Amino acid sequence: MTTTVPHFQEELDQLKSRLLEMGGLAEDRVRAAVTALVNRDTALVAQVLAGDGPINQLHIEIDSRCVKLLALHQPMAVDLRSILSAVKINTDLERVGDLAINIAEAATRYLAHPPVKELIDIPRMAEIAHRMLRDALDAFVRRDTVLAQQVLDADDALDALKTQVFRELLTYMLEDPHTIEASLDLILVSRHLERIGDHATNIEEDVIFMVSARDVRHHAQ
Amino acid sequence: MSTLASALQARPSPPAAAEQAGAPCKIAVRDLNFHYGAKRALEGISIDIPANLVTAFIGPSGCGKSTFLRTLNRMNDIIAGTRVEGEVRIDGRDIYRSDTDVVALRRRVGMVFQKSNPFPKSIFENIAYGLRINGLARRGSELHGRVEESLRQAAIWDEVKDRLHESALALSGGQQQRLCIARALAVKPDVLLMDEPASALDPIATQRIEELIYQLKSTYTIVIVTHNMQQAARVSDLTAFFWLGKLIEAGPTDKMFTNPGQKLTEDYVTGRFG
Repeated sequence: MTTTVPHFQEELDQLKSRLLEMGGLAEDRVRAAVTALVNRDTALVAQVLAGDGPINQLHIEIDSRCVKLLALHQPMAVDLRSILSAVKINTDLERVGDLAINIAEAATRYLAHPPVKELIDIPRMAEIAHRMLRDALDAFVRRDTVLAQQVLDADDALDALKTQVFRELLTYMLEDPHTIEASLDLILVSRHLERIGDHATNIEEDVIFMVSARDVRHHAQ
Repeated sequence: MSTLASALQARPSPPAAAEQAGAPCKIAVRDLNFHYGAKRALEGISIDIPANLVTAFIGPSGCGKSTFLRTLNRMNDIIAGTRVEGEVRIDGRDIYRSDTDVVALRRRVGMVFQKSNPFPKSIFENIAYGLRINGLARRGSELHGRVEESLRQAAIWDEVKDRLHESALALSGGQQQRLCIARALAVKPDVLLMDEPASALDPIATQRIEELIYQLKSTYTIVIVTHNMQQAARVSDLTAFFWLGKLIEAGPTDKMFTNPGQKLTEDYVTGRFG
């Protein structure tokens, strides 16, 4: 039995490193989409819109690695939990990649109008979402449930900012109906960033399950 | 070694598997020690084995799981120089009391071995023999009825009903093993002990034995020793992990294989062992 371990461990390590690679790509794309919006950089927007391929390929590759590991090694205990978590984290990261596209699409529409206002809260939201994602992946690598818990707490700040963005833009829309179209796109962007935080939260919950076998979803514990 | 020793010290005692499963206890073992001559093979085993469930014993070679299985129907008595201390209570009665009828005990606690061992007789006689010597079926029709019932219970009737008087040795390995299970069931035991019952069988025959175990557990208390952890995971309700003659951990099988309580168990079920 011991002879199979190094080989299996190597494959688990590869799986982990591919997931991190995917996480890095997802982070970069969210950052690029928000930067493009804030700097009114249409070339960067186009780059984000066209660049979903590598994440999608990794999505498929990681799932197939997980299926293979489950079928060929029938892992138990922490190994089983790690692979189940990897499958779920993979899906969350792919969705984050899709949300970067959604932000870039909203940016395309928004940039066709004059700016409604200086963007302050949206970059803050992007910063928080980005940090949550990075911490989630760090917690995954370091098997750190304390860090994971911090990410869960950060999600509240993101939700509060989303509400604030909505209220503020509502006042602009009420004052000047010409801003409605552009404001709605900014509200959508804030919604996408809030969703990214939700995906980071899911990843944290998977990390806690992987490390300690506790299911904390839906306030279960 | 020190981490293993500390893990041992940390283990809970005694693991009450039956309580965790919520089923009545069939076999209660307390502080069991077993020696082959001067060598202690089992040390301080305490476990409750619940009725009408499948309990699997897992652990590396030489960990004592087969020895422990054989203490449950005093099969070790036939090995010279062995010694037992502690209690094994089946339905509340200690089977190591001096007035225990060992033959009657083994009728109640049947056993199936790793290598199928049919008698060199006909299929029919393999089943009928135990019934006759135990005086369990006197009339011919009763005997036939019991033979058929046993073969049906062991899911082999349809394959052998037209050749009951042919030699049992002409059957395939998987069929011979099911015949041995039928032979054990014929004398109507309460408990069925299985020592690696499928380790010499191909995957299809193994699947049939596992399905049979699943069907039999509503009627019998089944204890199975297996080297194959996936098999333990598939067939058992409770799993007990043995290491160096000690019971490290026992609990519901799904927990033992997804989130074991002891580091040693985790290392064993994930293959990080040795």
